[in-house]
Amino acid sequence: MSTAAPEPKANMGQPIPRYDAVAKVTGRAEYAADVPLANPAYAYLVTSAIAKGRVDSFDLDEARRVRGVIDIITHENMVKLKDAKLFSNGGYMSTTVQPLKSADIAHDGQIIAVVLAESFEAARDAAHRVKVSYSTMPPTASFDSQGTTAAGAKGQLAQFKEDPEVGDFAKGFDSAEVKVSAEYETPTQHHNPMELFATSCAWNGDQLTIYEPSQYVYGLKNGVAEQLGVDADKVRVINAYVGGAFGSKGSVTPRTAIIASLARRLNRPVKLVATRDQGFTIATYRAETRHQVKLGAGRDGKLLALRHDGHEISSRPDPYAVGGTKTTTRLYACPNVASMVSIVRADRNTPGFMRSPPEVPYLFALESAMDELAIELNMDPIELRRINDTTTEPIKGKPYTSRSLMACFDEAAKAFDWSKRNPTPRSMSDGDWLIGYGCATTCYPTQMAPAAARVRLQRDGRVRVQIAGHEIGNGAYTVIAQAAAERLGVPIENVSVMIGDSDLPPAPVAGGSNSTASTCSAVMKVCDQVRQRLLKAVMPEEGVINRAKETVGVGRTPVTDAAHGDQALDREKAFDALGVGVVEEYGEWKPEGAPLDSFHAMYAGHARLIGGPEFGDKIAYAFGAEFVEVRINRNTREIRVPRLVGAFACGHIMNPRTARSQLMGGLIWGMSSALLEATEIDPRNARYVNDNLADYLVPVNADVPSVEVILLSEQDDQVNPAGVKGLGELGNVGTNAAVCNAIFHATGQRIRKLPVRLEKLEI
Amino acid sequence: MRSFSYQRASDPQAALQALAVTAAATTPLTEASSQPLAGGTTLIDLMKLDVMRPERLVDINPLAGNWAQVDLDGGNLKLGALAHMSQVAGHAEVRQNYPVIADSLKLAASPQLRNMATLGGNVLQRTRCSYFRDVSYAECNKRNPGSGCAAMDGFNRMHAVLGTSHQCIATYPGDFAQALIALDAAIEITSKSGPRSMSFAEFHRAPGDTPAIETVLAPGELISGFAIDGRWPRSVYLKVRDRQSYEFALASAAVALDLQNGVINDARLALGGVATVPWRAREAEAVLKGQKLDDALAERAADAAFADARGRQHNAFKIALGKRVVAHALKKAIAMEI
Ligand SMILES: Cc1cc2nc3c(=O)[nH]c(=O)nc-3n(C[C@H](O)[C@H](O)[C@H](O)COP(=O)(O)OP(=O)(O)OC[C@H]3O[C@@H](n4cnc5c(N)ncnc54)[C@H](O)[C@@H]3O)c2cc1C
Ligand code: SF4
Repeated sequence: MSTAAPEPKANMGQPIPRYDAVAKVTGRAEYAADVPLANPAYAYLVTSAIAKGRVDSFDLDEARRVRGVIDIITHENMVKLKDAKLFSNGGYMSTTVQPLKSADIAHDGQIIAVVLAESFEAARDAAHRVKVSYSTMPPTASFDSQGTTAAGAKGQLAQFKEDPEVGDFAKGFDSAEVKVSAEYETPTQHHNPMELFATSCAWNGDQLTIYEPSQYVYGLKNGVAEQLGVDADKVRVINAYVGGAFGSKGSVTPRTAIIASLARRLNRPVKLVATRDQGFTIATYRAETRHQVKLGAGRDGKLLALRHDGHEISSRPDPYAVGGTKTTTRLYACPNVASMVSIVRADRNTPGFMRSPPEVPYLFALESAMDELAIELNMDPIELRRINDTTTEPIKGKPYTSRSLMACFDEAAKAFDWSKRNPTPRSMSDGDWLIGYGCATTCYPTQMAPAAARVRLQRDGRVRVQIAGHEIGNGAYTVIAQAAAERLGVPIENVSVMIGDSDLPPAPVAGGSNSTASTCSAVMKVCDQVRQRLLKAVMPEEGVINRAKETVGVGRTPVTDAAHGDQALDREKAFDALGVGVVEEYGEWKPEGAPLDSFHAMYAGHARLIGGPEFGDKIAYAFGAEFVEVRINRNTREIRVPRLVGAFACGHIMNPRTARSQLMGGLIWGMSSALLEATEIDPRNARYVNDNLADYLVPVNADVPSVEVILLSEQDDQVNPAGVKGLGELGNVGTNAAVCNAIFHATGQRIRKLPVRLEKLEI
Repeated sequence: MRSFSYQRASDPQAALQALAVTAAATTPLTEASSQPLAGGTTLIDLMKLDVMRPERLVDINPLAGNWAQVDLDGGNLKLGALAHMSQVAGHAEVRQNYPVIADSLKLAASPQLRNMATLGGNVLQRTRCSYFRDVSYAECNKRNPGSGCAAMDGFNRMHAVLGTSHQCIATYPGDFAQALIALDAAIEITSKSGPRSMSFAEFHRAPGDTPAIETVLAPGELISGFAIDGRWPRSVYLKVRDRQSYEFALASAAVALDLQNGVINDARLALGGVATVPWRAREAEAVLKGQKLDDALAERAADAAFADARGRQHNAFKIALGKRVVAHALKKAIAMEI
């Protein structure tokens, strides 16, 4: 197991402990639902027990009689909220289904009533006594159900722009000597962050404060303002810490505006903590997907043709799709490529982002197929990747800003002892246990979005950084503090960081692994503005502006008080020359190639992410290689994973400790996704069956004996001033395929449908 | 969860007094308006889910002074109903003389739960059937007699293949009860009419036509403890589950053997994770008695254990899995160094 604080290599920051570590382990960290409110009313949701139909009537008599009940809100007495657009279509919302608007029910677990009471207990008690009669229509649950409709994703949603293709796939495939054609499936999954979906709303006059775990406080503020029809400047979202999110807290769910409007109606704060099972239906999830992959190669292993078709489930009203072909069609050199993503509609809640939304399902398919191709070729799977490694993507011929895929494979293979692998399936065992080794490529687009920050430096060297970033366990506080400390040449202890508040300068959604790159780039830029003001004060005659600019983008070399190494800046002298107590600067940063309206959109709560395959004339990705050992008990077929090893190259590593933690969590989650996690849907009624943490399995400590994370030194000056490639979503991408590839090696059986449960093994 | 009153019982008489109910004799125990509270890890859970709706809880933890013993006197074992799972699992003499008991407890739940949960509560834990535990499903004969069974043709991967009825296929989820039933334990029950003791094998009731009735315990009665005759050092509990820890069994086997010169003199076999009640596999025991174990015999015993098993859409795999678990557990028991 690698140590918690890996030694920094070249182009890595210090592995300083987390800024918020003590607050978290002592319970001092205040999460949204912890914030004390004056005399709150408590809300408890009542959700639908059917997936399609309507509410005929409510019988609320018994519920109303529970002592402490204030009111029960249904579509019959709810104020009207304004409709709002889907996040993926340029809006803010996780769904366009507007609960409590009418008697109609569009999915299982839709909010149909809210009980308001003097205590949580009374609200819950009453909610259990609400009686509902429904008119039920037969719902469509998933792919194989009756009543699905399918159509290409292109043209349905703004976020999905292309079905990448190049050359002539049919011809290339026909002429290939070695072919693989296979179908793969991934299941429905839910994020299940530890912190539940909580919302507290308090009005002070026409000012609304929302305490809610969010990955995007500006999005939430603007989205709720739009739904309520109020000025966004009057809405403030606060969440100093988010207890896990994984995408589920990135877009605005309908509950927030509902709670806000009820708080206004009662004229007192209202607090909601939705239950675990409600979380399965009032927010988003990773929808099930199906893939067909065709690979054609020459005997030498060179890919000649690649086709990847994906089908994804979405809700009736909303065309959500993750569309991972933009990555899988570009990963390897290949002259003839085709792809198509289709959306299949069912009577479900609208899916949404979940950690590495496109890459997890789509790379599972491609990286499984690559392993199958390696078997067909009788070739080491690492060598197959090496043969097809490329520095330019095949669709448009754009160069990767940097790509250390094979270096990752080599490092990980060494650490894993891959050379001890006997390539013949079912050839390795230890007593009752069959042993399998498998590996896969992992990758994730490097993305950035505009961000703003305010930085204040005091004469005594103390620094305060303000930016509406998000601490979702990603280490945001820590790396932002590090960026400022390095840039201003002060000890890390001198820096205090304020994030998680929409009254601060805007930062983008903490999604798409763009946070560190975006927030640190903005913070570094504003630190440079501070330095520049000081420099001007003491060196007015020199080309100060250029000099300060030079240092933008050199985050990897800690900057001290020196202007640029040659002349030391005496901070106190500079302050005295300026005659001020503090120097405070506000600044905006946007990535190269960001659209013109980026800053405007940033304040309106729309993050314009740039990067990945859409990065001007370049393409930017972080890469890694993931290795898995599985053991399968001959007698019981139990599947265990004693070892996970991953090597990753992600540009400048701000902090090897927090980076390792993210990647380790990713590897574990990837293993979990391969072996355990699946939301079961009852096809008869389109309802989630195992909607709790006892039945929706995630690994426990005993399932994860050893995880090794190797961070490679990589430098990329093209991606952003911080030189950072996001890595939060890199770790869990390749693992699904690596596990299945290892299972094939252990057993000779190829599993193409996740998760792999022991009953699927025919050993 | 609905509001309820809470009362602490200072001694068994006070507890019985407080639990004395007016409910009709036909009321299933689990529907009684007063319920004893031990560790609460089953009861409070189900109350939060609105599955159980008692009006009054009688906290019996103060009775632990009398009812929490772990006693290996004169070659027999007595266990108090209020002993904690962790206490028994970690008891050196229990580990040595009754590994099947210690392991059935150690492999259950999590350390936190084992520290809270009691043996009496453990044998009364209720099924994990998702449709039972979610009151928004109208169809559940156990929760709502006569309403149907959502699991029968629903998602039933965790459900039972043995002891099912046309009314209910819910699995008895516990582990410890398999050890008890294999070792022919007696269960001790206290009621207003005094203490009584019965075979633990008679305690649970298969669903039949009345899945709401899970045991023979009547409202107002308390379990005070368990008794096991003799020692069973050659015994194992094998539990197979999706993850390594903190998970209910897909299939498990409690095996206890009396081996003389390699010949199986006495064999005890109970199955978990596959049946509606703690399941004693007597047919398999008959196959084993008087024989020497080899692969073929283990397989025959396993086949006998599952001869009457019936799988449904998602749980049929448990038949083959259960057989493997039985065979493997038998081999492990034989291989033990005593
Ligand atoms: C997440 C989770 C995982 C679990 N995993 C496992 C597992 O893997 N294996 C396993 O075997 N178990 C498992 N369990 C179940 C756990 O072992 C039981 O919940 C526990 O043993 C119950 O004991 P308790 O003292 O908490 O009972 P309580 O919840 O207090 O009581 C349960 C029932 O028994 C009644 N009762 C309690 N004591 C007495 C008595 N002396 N006389 C009469 N009636 C009584 C109560 O009224 C109640 O109806 C798990 C539980 C949870 C929550
Ligand atoms: S199996 Fe039993 S507990 Fe489950 S739904 Fe059917 S009747 Fe209810």
